[in-house]
Amino acid sequence: MSDGHDHHDGHDYHNAPLSEPAQRVKALEQLLIEKGLVNPQALDELVDTYERRIGPRNGARVVARAWADPEYRKRLLANAAQAIEELGFPPGPQGEHMMALENTPRLHNLVVCTLCSCYPWSVLGLPPVWYKSTAYRASAVNDPRGLLKGFGLDVGDKEVRVWDSSSEMRYFVIPERPASTEHLTEDELADLVTRDSMIGTGLPKSPSQSARRAGASK
Amino acid sequence: MNGVHDLGGMHGFGPVVPEQNEPVFHSDWEKRVFAMTLTAMGRRVCNVDEFRRAIEQMPPPSYLAATYYEKWLHAIEALLVEKGIATREEIAAGHAAAPGPAKATGPVGNGGVDSFDSSAVKLRFDKSYKPSFNAGDRVVARNFNPEHHTRLPRYARGKRGVVRYDHGVFVFPDTHAHGLGAKPQHVYTVEFEAEELWGPDRNERAPVCLDCWDDYLERDRTAAAKPRAAKRRTAKPAGRSGPRSRAGAKKGRKR
Repeated sequence: MSDGHDHHDGHDYHNAPLSEPAQRVKALEQLLIEKGLVNPQALDELVDTYERRIGPRNGARVVARAWADPEYRKRLLANAAQAIEELGFPPGPQGEHMMALENTPRLHNLVVCTLCSCYPWSVLGLPPVWYKSTAYRASAVNDPRGLLKGFGLDVGDKEVRVWDSSSEMRYFVIPERPASTEHLTEDELADLVTRDSMIGTGLPKSPSQSARRAGASK
Repeated sequence: MNGVHDLGGMHGFGPVVPEQNEPVFHSDWEKRVFAMTLTAMGRRVCNVDEFRRAIEQMPPPSYLAATYYEKWLHAIEALLVEKGIATREEIAAGHAAAPGPAKATGPVGNGGVDSFDSSAVKLRFDKSYKPSFNAGDRVVARNFNPEHHTRLPRYARGKRGVVRYDHGVFVFPDTHAHGLGAKPQHVYTVEFEAEELWGPDRNERAPVCLDCWDDYLERDRTAAAKPRAAKRRTAKPAGRSGPRSRAGAKKGRKR
């Protein structure tokens, strides 16, 4: 799905010939500026918001708080949008109507949008390409166990409940808290929460995985 | 619309291939089309259901070949023309031949989510419309094949399920996507067993929870109705006791 052109930050954007959509988008922006519909600085700000401020780190904070604080967990399950805002994350677009799905020893939740690519932006940011892919949207509802195996996840004989986001409700998963994490702070717990564990295609990291990763990156 | 976008349950698309260390955007133009589209919706150029409908109206081969943001680009261009805000010629030229539209009513804003005009995208109604169903009701998803936009996927049509949650009142996409009004009504999460959706060889514990509007559902007359206590507007999962009580409820079900 990668276009191969002007790959990410566009240092070659001004030198390489513009790809067809890039040319169209450039023309469109100029047109909408002239029409008074958009303001280029506001567009920059919006992009920056989703590149730096809104992403799965926000959801990880929410999950870590739910693991650490049973009262918060109750509030999150009762009114997710409100509980998320409590942590300073505004609902914003695609985050107004939220429901948190609790994994248990007997239940594994998996989120998909078969008709388009609905995704809980306020806690996870913008969706990865695979979540929007035809392959994921096609297979999640009728072969969730096979799909999870492709992600290296065997959920055994747990019930796998698939949530097809067909309405304006947005779903995200509260994964089970990993074992041997009683001594961890909320910040350390948040480091264990992966994006995929909040979609349902992964599990949180174990404390040892997290430590190895931190060690390797130093 | 029985479009190629309605992918649930289809085969042949291959494995899901995640990209390692994926960036939020893959090119500068993706950033711009993302931000312009969000801004245009915030300014009420179109609503989200019209936007989805415009994507679904792409010719199927183009839909399947396009990347996500190529679909967005197609839809926003199409809607600007449809709404009379710009002409095809202006879009091709990248210059305005006529002044800006009177139709965009939202503020330009200074960017960022905090300044986003959420009232422009408000899709939920606080008014108390009467729900047709309660949590626990046995329902059948309607069997229809409309040419208009709908959010009832083919895989669920005609299938039996159980209402799990009532999420309250929302606009109805089937009309909202075509300028035919909001037609506010309740949205429920309906749980369908895998076997009901996919047949006896899928008798594994992998139900699908699908959100359905009132107009998508009919009462399941074949089921011995055992109405439970209404759980209106409680978008709340069953919690810790959930799986056990759910399992208990299932034991009582006749298959």
